[in-house]
Amino acid sequence: MHLAISLEEVAEMIPDGARVMLSGFMGVGTPDGIVRALAEAGKKDLTVIVNDAARPHCGVGPLVKAGCVKKFIGSHIGVNPDVQEKMRAGELQVELVPQGTLVERIRAGGTGLGGVLTPTGLGTLIAEGKPTVEVEGKTYLLETPLRADFALIAARSCDYVGNLTYMLTATNFNPIMALAADVVIAEPEEIVPVGVIPPDAVKTPGVLVDHVIKRAA
Amino acid sequence: MKDLIDFTKMDPKEIIARRVAMEIKPKTLVNLGIGIPTLVSDHLDESMGVFFQAENGAVGMGHRPPEGMTDRHLTDAGGSFVSAVPGASTIDSAFSFGLIRGGHLDLTVLGGLQVDAQGHLANWMIPGKFVPGMGGAMDLVTGAKKVIVAMIHTAKGQSKIVQTCDLPVTSQRRVSLIVTELAVLEPRDDGLHLLETGPGVSVEEVVAATEAKLVISGDIPEMDLSQTV
Repeated sequence: MHLAISLEEVAEMIPDGARVMLSGFMGVGTPDGIVRALAEAGKKDLTVIVNDAARPHCGVGPLVKAGCVKKFIGSHIGVNPDVQEKMRAGELQVELVPQGTLVERIRAGGTGLGGVLTPTGLGTLIAEGKPTVEVEGKTYLLETPLRADFALIAARSCDYVGNLTYMLTATNFNPIMALAADVVIAEPEEIVPVGVIPPDAVKTPGVLVDHVIKRAA
Repeated sequence: MKDLIDFTKMDPKEIIARRVAMEIKPKTLVNLGIGIPTLVSDHLDESMGVFFQAENGAVGMGHRPPEGMTDRHLTDAGGSFVSAVPGASTIDSAFSFGLIRGGHLDLTVLGGLQVDAQGHLANWMIPGKFVPGMGGAMDLVTGAKKVIVAMIHTAKGQSKIVQTCDLPVTSQRRVSLIVTELAVLEPRDDGLHLLETGPGVSVEEVVAATEAKLVISGDIPEMDLSQTV
């Protein structure tokens, strides 16, 4: 498998109905080029795991607007009217997950754990139908792992072997999602020779990255 | 010059922000929610060494950068541009919520749709009308050492402080304090205590504007905002 691919190749690789993790927080740290390519390709029935619905023009917004998303799994949808509208119309399923639980479920999926025990959500609608577990006298909600077919992540720098760095608050879900999908595709802002990124600065080792978006010629 | 400020004429949101700021202790880690809570940082002396955490992964957020120097890689949890104070760090989302749930966060200040006499907060959905989602609120209310709800006392003439929430609650945890422009309230085992009234507001006015039954013992002082900045 070759590492560097074009946006068109990404759009071909991801089939209708795929389960996709999309990084970013209100569109910050989201691979916007990949989102655009999937929206333009008219993908259908995607399940998207993403922190929030962002706004119509950013984050997962363009995919929702283009009707590519069947199911949204995330923590916040309050500032994207498209999502509210499609949810009310029954065109979009929404599963709301508390943000800290969402990231830990993804981490569990990516690190071989069978789930997460969290106090978050106890005594709320979120707990309905979920088992609770008592540990050392405290009650926790059992939350199951999340995985996806593809993780679409945004990096600051990428070297020739796929080592990734992130920048400031654009880090968010990126390093966690890079562990939790069968195929990991990164859209970096710059590509640098091996050695430019010091080992300590690598946040996602290249061994986890399957593809990197090619530079425009 | 502070005695020249007429707090009774102050914008309600600023009254709330100033009163909440009085609760913040030096050298603590604090998370401010969107809306009124965000205004709290305007009323803190920077020498207090408070670090503001944002769920999206910042410890040590600062004010908006100078014009033209904003960068979309550094935002708060509402997606607004911020800067970083000296000593700031950035972390991923798992670490960020580890701080929140793990008992490392001293205080969170959140907005609310309703709070009830038992101290339950509801702030993530209005069934059948509007479903914004909980974002980080469920983790924050569950995990922070102290939880303050900062909100306007009423919405469309209805009390937001109710006997029992009819909206879905955010956590089974009892919040620590409720600050509105009319009152400071503390939920305790024996009920919802009125601790202070807003500037120029009488106890009777608070009772009239509040659906929840209040515990009122002794003389209730007015908020003293004279030392706020």
